[in-house]
Amino acid sequence: MSKFKKSTGKEVGAINTASLPDIVFMLLFFFMTVTVLREVELKINVALPEATEGKKLEKKSLASFIYIGTPVEQLQATFGTEPKIQLNDTFKEVPDIQEFIAQERDALDEADQSKMLVSLKIDRTTKMGVVIDVKQALRQANALKIMYANNPVDVITQY
Amino acid sequence: MAKRAIQPINAGSMADIAFLLLIFFLVTTTMDSDTGLLRLLPPPPDPNQETPESQINDRNILEVKVNLDDLLLVEGELARLEELRDITKEFILNPTDDQGMSEKEMKTIPFFGDVMATKAVISLQNDRGTTYSVYIAVQNELLAARDELKNDLAINTWGIGYYELDEEKQKAVDDYYFVPISEAEPKRVGGR
Repeated sequence: MSKFKKSTGKEVGAINTASLPDIVFMLLFFFMTVTVLREVELKINVALPEATEGKKLEKKSLASFIYIGTPVEQLQATFGTEPKIQLNDTFKEVPDIQEFIAQERDALDEADQSKMLVSLKIDRTTKMGVVIDVKQALRQANALKIMYANNPVDVITQY
Repeated sequence: MAKRAIQPINAGSMADIAFLLLIFFLVTTTMDSDTGLLRLLPPPPDPNQETPESQINDRNILEVKVNLDDLLLVEGELARLEELRDITKEFILNPTDDQGMSEKEMKTIPFFGDVMATKAVISLQNDRGTTYSVYIAVQNELLAARDELKNDLAINTWGIGYYELDEEKQKAVDDYYFVPISEAEPKRVGGR
């Protein structure tokens, strides 16, 4: 009698997958709650500058975004390589900012309008001239709470 | 009428549907948290009102200028960005009561009582040709200097960092180091 008997072929039972949908739904709800829908399609290159003192944006719903940077490669033929301002999905000029701010403010609840914040997402290589113009326009539009968006880092390595 | 037995619904494809939804949300959403330097712009100038002459004593103003070559001038002297934080902290603290640095004034602040608080103001000027990343780096250093002082004060007083304090204590610390960072109306600095 051999010691190494072939194990009597005990069939592996089918795994019960009934709870699989529950698990996947749980994951789904997790991602639905912690993430936000992508708002705009960027038509410009924005490489944010580095900073160590950045504070987290607490309420994204109160924030409006202004993007400044050079147009992406596909659009450079039509729009050139000078820095452009993007509001929502289109290129705009500095005078359009007042109207944009008014629109964004109207979209908020009345109670939240004073808490409105404008996040400036500006490419690191941009010259301050256009930024200064935008800031002056924001002052005129009375949108005084602003945020210079940045990449959080521990130590600034390039500027 | 004969009751028909209810057939069990085949839920085998439920997982597939849920996966499909999951992948859809993974692709269309972003998880990046936005961070940034919070600043408050001054209200628009009133055209009917003449701009009042600055009442701030010259020695209380730390002048920081950035020119179009991204060079830094602090109180009229060329400085490197790495030095800015320490210069700012020393200017605000003024431990030796230097005549060239900020004055202090008696202030009554909750939790601290009567203290000699600083009267320092930071004035930041930049050229239209300054690079944005340098401007942010300068802003970052100035904010960092102020935040470090606040944090030190909180640790020395309560043994915990500034951000762990409750709102009232934070306000008291803010009052102690009330150092506005003002940005002058833009002008050309060292233009060509």
